[in-house]
Amino acid sequence: MSGVVDGVDIRQAAPVVPEPRPAKKPKEGNTQFSTRQKLLTYLVLAPMAILFVAPFAWLVSASFQPMSEIFSAVPHWLPENPTLSGYKGFLDVGHLTQAQQGQGHGDWRWFANSAFVALSITVLQTFFNAMCAYAFAKRKFPGRDVIFLLFLATMMVPGQVTLIPNYLIIQHIPFFGGNDWMGSGGHGWLDSYYGLIVPGVVSAFGIFLLRQYMLSIPDQLLEAARIDGASEFRIFRSIVLPLCTPALAATAIFTFQGAWEDFFWPLVILSSPEKITAPVGLALFVVQNRTSWTLLFAGSVIATLPMILVFIVFQRQFVKGIALTGVKG
Amino acid sequence: MVMTTAEAPTSTAAGTREPDGARRRSRRRPPKQEIPHENRRRLPGRIWSERSAYFFLLPGMIIFSVFTLAALAFAFYLTFHRWSIIEPEKPFVGLTNYRDMIGDERFTESVLNTIYFTGASVPLSMAFGLLFALLLNLPIRFRGAFRTAFYLPVVTPFIVSAILWKWLYNGDYGLFNYYLMKAHIVDQPLLWLSDKNLAMPAVILMTVWAGTGFSMVVYLAGLQAISEELYESARLDGAGPISRLRYITIPMLRPTTLFLLVLGIIGSLQVFTQIFVMTSGGPVNKTTTMVYYMYLWAFKYYDMGYATTLAFALFVMLLGFTALQLRMMRQGYDV
Repeated sequence: MSGVVDGVDIRQAAPVVPEPRPAKKPKEGNTQFSTRQKLLTYLVLAPMAILFVAPFAWLVSASFQPMSEIFSAVPHWLPENPTLSGYKGFLDVGHLTQAQQGQGHGDWRWFANSAFVALSITVLQTFFNAMCAYAFAKRKFPGRDVIFLLFLATMMVPGQVTLIPNYLIIQHIPFFGGNDWMGSGGHGWLDSYYGLIVPGVVSAFGIFLLRQYMLSIPDQLLEAARIDGASEFRIFRSIVLPLCTPALAATAIFTFQGAWEDFFWPLVILSSPEKITAPVGLALFVVQNRTSWTLLFAGSVIATLPMILVFIVFQRQFVKGIALTGVKG
Repeated sequence: MVMTTAEAPTSTAAGTREPDGARRRSRRRPPKQEIPHENRRRLPGRIWSERSAYFFLLPGMIIFSVFTLAALAFAFYLTFHRWSIIEPEKPFVGLTNYRDMIGDERFTESVLNTIYFTGASVPLSMAFGLLFALLLNLPIRFRGAFRTAFYLPVVTPFIVSAILWKWLYNGDYGLFNYYLMKAHIVDQPLLWLSDKNLAMPAVILMTVWAGTGFSMVVYLAGLQAISEELYESARLDGAGPISRLRYITIPMLRPTTLFLLVLGIIGSLQVFTQIFVMTSGGPVNKTTTMVYYMYLWAFKYYDMGYATTLAFALFVMLLGFTALQLRMMRQGYDV
């Protein structure tokens, strides 16, 4: 049997990310749609679109403005004296005075932290989710249905319920952060990358989606590989994972997005300034009433760029996936 | 052997090839495959022969057991204790936390604030999303550009949106006051986020801005799935655009609406980020929502027991909606 042909077939019939349908003709026939109605539609859409884009456009503009322009009585939509000082300050380019450092210059580290944490979570979670999903979808072992139901049932528990116990669990991880073997004495994984990453490397929701997708892989394919003497891990790596690439990509995008934007958990477990992630850094900036808004706006634009980049690159999966999985972007 | 896949519980691939309307997967599982008698083994034997499956499950199971199962049990345990992280004593207090919660006026207020927030922001983002989706489904130019414009706030990280809007609402330099005064709608600058009647509407407006694009995209997908023939036959029967909307589009979008409603309610009841950034729960608790109140008790007053009890209250409020969400998901929730 030809595995490759089967693979292509599966991709097209996959439940998670179906191939986009050919672009449909708009619903209402052109004859029914007069010029006047068309004009009316534009009259509703155009002002709304401007209102929706305006805040963001202003943010981009403000990130290039010096403080005096941001704080002027008349808002400037185009910077009169464009400056890169916000970006330079944020990315720690050029010579910095002591005062500038105190004002949060050089906070590029927030982004390095965010990128490191988000990428780690994405890679590990995608892999672990796929392993679990494979076991649930393609293996028959005692206890499978019970364990799977348990995973599903916990999806009803909101994150806030486990947040506080997890905070305490993280604090009492043995042998880390000055803890003894009983897990007391130090701060454990609090204020560490472990604490940020490890609780996020498995997601019941991701397992569910991948399992649904893997159900469509024909059993004969795996059976054939087994008869050919492939080890279980080899089957997983060389057959299951490649066949699931579209589903893996879709879930990985959402995981990355979620991890990049995650706010509550990093906010409560991080305390040292050199470890905080971008959302926490930006939020604390505002909450603590620091004043160099030009830095803040530059930082906000930088924090948005990866999301826009991810969106542009994966636009198709994105919109399809959002519609089907209901993960908020 | 090769021909039997149709009976195996893996026949979903075939289901998805059916035409759009019929893509909903059946909830009924095919009957379990009967294992031939000679292949039936005892439980330990079956566990042993499938040991590699447990190996695949292991990493996920460890993390899941610690950070979800154990955490859940621990959370329940915490609600019966006075558990302060700064005090060494963590005494058992029975139902005191629950009793305190029922008598806590600030808690009641936080529930009402959360309901106010949800009740306003969810229908508004859905209504605007539906309006934009309907208009963008018409044969007009620049549909892609409009779609991008409405979707841009969804792509923007939420924290950035919150910070940006906090500035827009600024009393002295904010764009809102500038344009409202220029248009002579208000005479004096409004203190959006520190006025006790304006703070919550201001947060809601920002949330609607951030969430409308999402509803729009989901509604667009729903509209695409409505069969053209329905409109054709309605047109032949002489139905105008309004009655087509009223009797075809809206009813056909009901699953989409339900999906968005449930998802929106679940998300809104857990609102935290914009409250933290924009108002910090003020003025005078007018924007203190349930999760923000829990955050205060856990990480400002360090009473983990009471904070977890508050989290359980949220859990109970969410339960009906999350159960519904899970059911829709298991049905294959084609939007």
